[in-house]
Parts: sequence; C-alpha cells; structure tokens
Amino acid sequence: MGKKEELRLWAEQIRVAALEEFAALGFGHVGGAMSLVETLAVLYGGAMRVDPARPAWAERDRLVVSKGHAGPAVYATLALKGYFPREELLTLNKPGTRLPSHCDRLKTPGIDMTTGSLGQGMSTACGLALGQRMDGAGARTFLILGDGECDEGQVWEGALFAPHYKLDNLIAFCDNNGQQLDGYVKNVLDTGDIAAKFAAFGWYAQTVDGHDVGALAEAVARAPAREGAPSMIVLKTVKGKGCPFVEGREFNHHVQFTKEEMDGALAGARAVLEAAEAAVKGGARA
Amino acid sequence: MSVIVKTAREKEPKMMREVYCDTLMALAAEDRRIVALDADLMSSSGMKPFAKAYPDRFVNCGIAEANMVGVAAGLSATGKIPFAHSFACFASRRVCDQIFISASYARLNVRIVGTDPGVTAAYNGGTHMPLEDMAVLRAIPEITLLEPTDSVQLRALLPQLAESRGVYYIRLMRKNAVSVFGEGSEFSIGRGETLRGGQDVTLVASGILVAEAMKAAEELAALGVEARVVNLFTWKPIDRALLERCARETGAVVTCENHNVVGGLGSAVCEALGETVPVPVERVGVQDQFGEVGPEDYLRGRFRLNAVDIAAAAVRVHRRKQAL
Repeated sequence: MGKKEELRLWAEQIRVAALEEFAALGFGHVGGAMSLVETLAVLYGGAMRVDPARPAWAERDRLVVSKGHAGPAVYATLALKGYFPREELLTLNKPGTRLPSHCDRLKTPGIDMTTGSLGQGMSTACGLALGQRMDGAGARTFLILGDGECDEGQVWEGALFAPHYKLDNLIAFCDNNGQQLDGYVKNVLDTGDIAAKFAAFGWYAQTVDGHDVGALAEAVARAPAREGAPSMIVLKTVKGKGCPFVEGREFNHHVQFTKEEMDGALAGARAVLEAAEAAVKGGARA
Repeated sequence: MSVIVKTAREKEPKMMREVYCDTLMALAAEDRRIVALDADLMSSSGMKPFAKAYPDRFVNCGIAEANMVGVAAGLSATGKIPFAHSFACFASRRVCDQIFISASYARLNVRIVGTDPGVTAAYNGGTHMPLEDMAVLRAIPEITLLEPTDSVQLRALLPQLAESRGVYYIRLMRKNAVSVFGEGSEFSIGRGETLRGGQDVTLVASGILVAEAMKAAEELAALGVEARVVNLFTWKPIDRALLERCARETGAVVTCENHNVVGGLGSAVCEALGETVPVPVERVGVQDQFGEVGPEDYLRGRFRLNAVDIAAAAVRVHRRKQAL
C-alpha cells in the first residue's frame, strides 16, 4: 500500500471498524479516536516496519499512543491488519475483553505500550527510541500525543530529553483537534502553536492536514529530515471526523449516543468506504 | 544460606553509594543490558565512575524525574535493565503515577533507587526527608520494596536485582552504614533474617535501625528481657512465615523503621500479623510527622529512633503481653 487512493480506502475501513466497536458498546471516546484514523492508516499502511504474525518481533518499529483513550481506533487498525480476529472488536470494554478503553501492552496483541495517564507516553517513547538506538537495528518509535495532553508537564520534560539525546528515530504526532474534555483547548488551557513550541525545543516540526493521507504519508517519509532531531508532525484534525453526531460538538470527548445516531453515522461511513473502494478500482482500471 | 552477624558495631569504611556504583559497574561489565539513569544527582549518588566507564549506558535525564521513570520503562520494553536514581522523596512520591502506570501496571522491568531515606537526609531538611516513600509505593501491586542494611547486604542483593523481573524500589542510604553483617553473609529478596535469638519479644528492624535494635537487645538482656532481632530488609512482599513464627514464639513485636509508622514497616507487620497471629505490637518510627533539618544524631533523638526508644517500646509491649 502507499498510493493515496489505497491509503484513503484503508482509512475508511478503519473508520467503519472503529465505529462498529463503539456501536456495540453504546458510548465511548469516539471523538479522539476518529481524528486519528488517517494517521493510523498511514502508519500501518506501510510507514511502520511491523509484522502482524510476529507482534513481539524485537526489531519492529513501535507505536506509543500516549492519548491512550484512542485505543478503539488502534484496535480497529490492528484487527484489520490481522493481529487478532475482527469479531473481537465487538468485545470493547466488555467483561474479560482484551480491548480496554485505554491501550494496554499486555492485553492486546500489537499494542506496544500501556498508556492512559496522559503525558507518560512521551517518556516511554523516548525510552523505547533510546533502547532501539542502543540495539542498533535501525528501529523507530512512533508516538501519538493529543493537543490537550500537552497541558501535562511531563510532555515537555520529554520534549527536552529527545533532542538532547538526538533521538531522530522518534517520530511524534500531535492530534491537534483543538478540543479536550472540558471544551476547546484554547479556553481550557491553551497549548498554542504546538509546532512552534516543539521546533523551539529542537525538534523537526511539520504541520499537516491530519485527514489528508497523501500529505501525512509525505510528512512521515520526510522524517527525520534533520540528523539528530526527533520529528513532530502536528495533525490539524477534526475531533470526531466522519461521525456526524460527534463532529462540531463542544463536548465530544466521551459520548453516549442512540442507536439511530450510530446507524446514521455507520451508513454514512460505509458509503464513503464504498466510494473509496470505487476510486481504487477505477484507478486500477485506468 | 546463612548470615554472619558482627558483634562489634562500627561504621563501614566505604560509603553505601560507592558500593552501589562498584557493584553495578561489575554487573554492567558482564551484562550489556544494564543501564543507569539519574536525575541530575549523579554526583550525589556516586555514579560518576559508572558514567565514565559506560557513557552509552548512562543517561542523565536532568531534573525531570517523571520523564526519567518513563524513559526507564521504555528502555526496559526493549530488553534493557534500567536502574534509575533520585533522592528517595523524588524517586517515590514525585513519580508515583509514573511508577504505577508506566512501570508497574505495564509489567515492565524497572529498578528505582531512592537515596537519603528518612533522617539520613539530615541537612537537606523536611522537604527532602522521605518518611513516606515506602508507604506511597507499598500500595502498588506486585512492586518489591527493599532497604539494604549495610554494604555486605547491598552487594549481595544487587546481582539478584539484575537477574529478577519486575519493578523494584531500593531505599538506599548514601553514606557509611554501621556494619551489621560479616563478609560471606547470604540474603534472598523476600526473606527476613534472624540476627539474634530471644523468646520474650521480637524486634523487627530495617535500615539504620537494625544496628539500634541489636544494641537495644543487649540493653534488654541486662533487664532480663530476651529480645529476638529480625532484619526485614524486604518490606514487600513481606516475609509472613517468619513474622508469624516470631509472633507465635515470642508473643510480642516491636517494629523499628526510619520512616513514618503510617503505611510503613509497622503497618505492614501489623497487617500481616493482624490476620493470622495477632499479638501486641509497638511501632518505633516517626509518628506521623514531617521531617525537619538538622544533624542525623539530633533527628534520631527528635523522632525517637534510638536503641533506648526501641528498648522502652520492648518493655512496654512485653508488659502488655504479660497482662493478656
């Protein structure tokens, strides 16, 4: 995979699978999961060196989803990649499930780091990247932060650490959807120009449309653009992207929804998926 | 396995931090997975020789303890064996959630070393005086909490720490310990050691109070009270079998810790015995107070952490036992 249409299709497959997870539950962190769908499509659509048959392969690239509540989007991606059966997605948060709200490295095949206490993924990602460099096999660590998460001081401890130790095998994203639990980031605790802040800390910072798979793939391919500099890719995103009853709402961190609302969202997402399939087929014919 | 208990109690010639650094360097020479981290306290922890010998395996994280614990957890996820140090107050209460989530809940393989326990923080004063580090961390499931008594014990425990898997917190004094154990003593994590026999009362001691408990036992013998002395250097998991046996055989217990009695060794012993062999207990330690600045001798007196305080508690608990 790698062509833009194929990545688009892959993203829509993830979006539908993630919505199906939430549909089976009736509530959840829909907003922050939907905003990451395209990023996950690019990462697991060729950017990351991973092998679903060997989730514990020592030399694999790692992903730390520091905004651990995006777990359901990651689970959808991993299931579609074959890390575990797709039917298992419907067990999200059910008793005894391997798919908890927040990412857990011990429960879910393919999850590399346990997260859920915001800010901590920044540091564990730094440790992973440092350990990979000690091993010398050229593996990389990818990290996904949230913009609200950047309220946490620990994020900035890690932001100092990574350039100091020249961790250019660390590629971070910040899901800049502009919203956190209590409302808009600019009103709760403004994290401002995140790319400028990371650039000032010594990172190679880029800003892209987080729903444009082509632009995202190019940004990831450019990293590391500067030797010794960790990468920060700020994702301009919409919280709840592709889910009409979540998009545009001020309080959409954790939502409950009716069956009708979700049926509508799923019908819309499946229609987009079909269009993406047609685009790939059309491209193949051409 | 056995321990050799010294009769003369003198300060050791080498500081605990030197022994820590020397031993870790010897282990690192054999095992490339060992990595040391510090939070701008390498000069205090005595790890400069390690940093010089293994620059690629020493990570100074700066004054950023939360990040250091996360980096250690991440390193361990790539198979490294990290030993991360800060002063005990910062290595515990400041990073409680990082130890909890990034290391323990994630079941990673991390060693946290906290120095200057309790009143040994002396001139750094109340802000730096960890009287609650073990209590804060004791509520974390599966964590192992250790307080090495002297350099012989520390040297024996470090190789076990390098070989084990899990999250370990080592409460370590930096300066010269009073020598308790002879060379050749053997220890096992999780197992307490009996240093002196006695049938009237058991003194359960850790850290700098082990030597005080031995002294107290001698004073008590002169009063006709035969005190057994046990060194419980592993606070968690606690050696229940040994405690229960001692409680059954002596019928009274005094706990001795350089720590708040709330949540510390005294609490842990009471929890263990209360469910099985409930006998009268007295807890020598800091009585739910903040630390303060001053020389260690002054602080030991101020918080009643001396042999005389242990002996008085032993007499009290012995009387309670007889009144039953």
